[in-house]
Amino acid sequence: MSALLTSIPFAIVATGALVGVAGSLLGTFLILRGDAMLTDAISHSILFGIVIVWMLTGQTSGPVQIVGAALTGLLTVVATEALTRTRRMAGDAAIGLVFPALFSVGVLLLNVYARDVHIDAHTVLLGEIGFVWLDVVTVLGVQVPDALLWMAVVALVDLTFVVVAYKELKLATFDAGLAAALGFTPAVLSYLLLGLTSATAVAAFDAVGVVLFLAFVVVPPSAAYLLTDRLWRILAYASGIAVASSVIGYLLAVAWDVSIGGMMAVVTGAFLAAAFLLGPRYGLVAQELRRRGQREANENRALAVHLHHHEGTPEAGEENVLSALHGHLSWRDAKAREVVARSLDAGLIERHGERLILTEKGRASAREILEPGRGGPATEAGR
Amino acid sequence: MDAIVTLLGDYTLRTVALGAILLGVTSGALGSFAVLRKQSLLGDTLSHAALPGIALGFLVAGGRSLSAVLAGALATGVLAALTMLLLVRRSRLKTDASLGVALSVYFAAGVVLLSFVQGRAGAGQAGLETFLFGQAAAILRSDLWIMAAVTALSVALVVAGWKELKAATFDPVFAASLGLPTAFLDAVMTAMIALAVVLGLQMVGVVLMSAMIVAPAVAARQWTERLGTMVVLASTFGAVGGVIGALISATGRGLATGPLIVLSLTVIVAVSLAFAPNRGLVAAAVRRARSGRALRARQVLATMDRLAREHGHPDYATEQGMLDTYFGTSTAGLLRDLEERGWVRRVEHRPEEGVHWALSEAGAVEASRVPTDAGRDAGRHAGRR
Amino acid sequence: MSVHEPDLAVHVEDLTVAYHAKPVLWDVDLDVPPGVMAAIVGPNGAGKSTLLKAILGLIRPTAGHVYLFGRPYAEQRHRVGYVPQRTSVDWDFPTTVADVVEMGLYGRLGWLRRPGRTERARALSALEQVGMSDYRDRQIAQLSGGQQQRTFLARALVQDADVYFLDEPMAGVDATSERAILEVLRELRDRGKTVVVVHHDLQTVRTTFDWMMLLNVRAVAQGPVEEVYTAQNLHATYGGQVALLEGAGLPGAPG
Repeated sequence: MSALLTSIPFAIVATGALVGVAGSLLGTFLILRGDAMLTDAISHSILFGIVIVWMLTGQTSGPVQIVGAALTGLLTVVATEALTRTRRMAGDAAIGLVFPALFSVGVLLLNVYARDVHIDAHTVLLGEIGFVWLDVVTVLGVQVPDALLWMAVVALVDLTFVVVAYKELKLATFDAGLAAALGFTPAVLSYLLLGLTSATAVAAFDAVGVVLFLAFVVVPPSAAYLLTDRLWRILAYASGIAVASSVIGYLLAVAWDVSIGGMMAVVTGAFLAAAFLLGPRYGLVAQELRRRGQREANENRALAVHLHHHEGTPEAGEENVLSALHGHLSWRDAKAREVVARSLDAGLIERHGERLILTEKGRASAREILEPGRGGPATEAGR
Repeated sequence: MDAIVTLLGDYTLRTVALGAILLGVTSGALGSFAVLRKQSLLGDTLSHAALPGIALGFLVAGGRSLSAVLAGALATGVLAALTMLLLVRRSRLKTDASLGVALSVYFAAGVVLLSFVQGRAGAGQAGLETFLFGQAAAILRSDLWIMAAVTALSVALVVAGWKELKAATFDPVFAASLGLPTAFLDAVMTAMIALAVVLGLQMVGVVLMSAMIVAPAVAARQWTERLGTMVVLASTFGAVGGVIGALISATGRGLATGPLIVLSLTVIVAVSLAFAPNRGLVAAAVRRARSGRALRARQVLATMDRLAREHGHPDYATEQGMLDTYFGTSTAGLLRDLEERGWVRRVEHRPEEGVHWALSEAGAVEASRVPTDAGRDAGRHAGRR
Repeated sequence: MSVHEPDLAVHVEDLTVAYHAKPVLWDVDLDVPPGVMAAIVGPNGAGKSTLLKAILGLIRPTAGHVYLFGRPYAEQRHRVGYVPQRTSVDWDFPTTVADVVEMGLYGRLGWLRRPGRTERARALSALEQVGMSDYRDRQIAQLSGGQQQRTFLARALVQDADVYFLDEPMAGVDATSERAILEVLRELRDRGKTVVVVHHDLQTVRTTFDWMMLLNVRAVAQGPVEEVYTAQNLHATYGGQVALLEGAGLPGAPG
């Protein structure tokens, strides 16, 4: 076990994976709530907290920093909400004002007071997970990288929070009104979530830097969201993608001699692209296929309804023929022929010379649309 | 004063100041539209996404060439915007998640490329770092020409398409129904914002560029209710904040430019939010206090009227102490207000009986209108913030 | 360029809007004669706003045609006035009431032409019609809901159109504004214009409109109000959802 821990690659990948998993667990709820950019804001303004805490305590990592980060995150959220509540600007503008201000103060303080310390803005932003082995702590007689240890602790806290508050989080995310009515305070939960996110961000900054942390928070859950509908599955898939990205990212970074943290984040993007394109239900390809299927089904139905409309009326002779479809349904001849052929194949219509006649099956499909008062389409939600 | 004159005489500082002005004007003008269209954070995404383009420009041009770097930044910025649009339109992801994805992944790619360039350790690679937080002093005279061209283009576009932009920003659906090419205008606007972002990267840096887009516009909005004035003011604020920040930074001492500019702008925003007439928060608080006061004074008037009717004669004099008790607070100030408006008058009584007030004729008339007035007042204030 | 039914103000044929599994509008026919004040009513989700947007070319239909006075919308823009829902816009925009109304004329000024005295005069005259002259320099964020609605109406009026489409103009609006709006609409109708309103309140249709269409994804019935407003049609449109408070006295209703 200690051999594993002394392995540098393991330490790096493990830290990355922990960042990824912790980020994904929280990030799932954050993106479902629409707080992705607020998280972006928090991950920037944390620099302010880091510098202040360092100036007060001299610590650049550890529990003090983590608490400080949580407070800074809350400060960001509270300030943003306060600005939005003045109604003098929109919510997104408020976000875009608060975090740059805090971040700027942080950078300036660094410029002035922290020239020689290993905490500098570049590192905070970008981190360097390759140096994770530099600071070491002894736990139970085993040497463990500082960053890895604290990341593990924070990840554990995050996991505990998600598990314990799962039902409340789920409710508050999908139905804040109901949650409030039932007596949870969605606001408290919200602050807890964002506070933990901030804490996790600072634990991660040593490893991957705060902006790359954002990638782990937003991208794996988004990719997972494109793959499934069930909340627990999103959490699981996101974590899986995060771990995989850490491993693959590390390997690629070593092969090409580039930033490890950056590469890990880029790989999460690759997973998202894959999910976006190839996701079985929501992927682009699947959507296209479904759309085509629906379009064809709709066209068949349009034909059936049109025929039903004029069935048994005096104009049926004019209307229910192939040539009339061009004028009435706005279909070019080729398309009209195609739809008729499909409908014939599907057994929805029959052809008697020029006339198109509905079969029972065709008439049934037309009726599905025709009776709205009887549980038809518009009684369901949707416009 | 001497110090400033000396400062301004310095060639570098003049260059820096000019660059800041150009940048401020462009970001302010274009940022106004971005903010009004609720695209404040698009600038954030575009600026972070510029990082890979910057690194690529470096690689391709083999050194420090501003045009290559800016072209790269523009390219990846636009790509990121398109990625974001693609995600929003063709997947379940919402706007914020799409922005976040584009921002973080493109930035990460930039970090990877940055490390790649640094690995090759060229002479100019240190210059790459300045794009993170901006370094005003690094601006060359030749850079100013490019910046001036972009500024001129932006201003020309805004002026030429003014009414179309205004209509499409305020009510895109209605504008489309008029036949205005809203999709095209959308694309042009996004491209222009990308340009503005790119323009500011050298001075403000990747991380903070979004504030240059948002802050001047938000500040300007507090001072005016006219779009034209807002755009001009935003340009001015952008320039002022830019110049202040850039000059402080350029006077040495190793302070990054971006943060200084952002803080100058933040101060401008804070002052605007607080002290603008009408829309400012201070002005609003004063207004609220006053209207509350006016309402309470009317209530006092109405009470005096009611008492007068109950006692059967219009000259009935109410004791101030009684009014105080009735309203649970000192009514002296309110009564003075009413007296000033000629609606009540003091009535002489013996000192030990306390101060007494009665309605004047005008006051009696006013009092009879109080119920309807109060209703109308309440209605008029309902639409206001 | 073929002309279809030039005598009808609005002629919609087989209009279908269906993007996903559930169609929003299906095979809708609509024939509005000129010079009426028409209401389009139906339950929530019935596709009323979608119908309006499809007519105005703001949504591309899956199938069907739209003709206004015999020609497609794109050729008739100058004859159409549109009043969208006032909630579709963020009213905290730096502009005045007169300015918003003037925007209705932007379509006819080409690129680079600025609105001038003529445009301002027309805007002011439209404001007068809706009773908002006093508010012409008012910042739009300070308007009440009804005033916002009247401003949008004035914006459509400046276009001096022949047919007006309004999307729930009287929803959530105070009594004064509602009266003002109705007065304007009636005046338009009396001058021979056609007014088509997506109306939110079934109960007031009979007293307000002379022509109506019942819509629930499909066109259930259309025509003069007295003919269409029957218990049977209402039931077919709303399912069991409509409380027939006016059940007594409706043709076809019990009691």
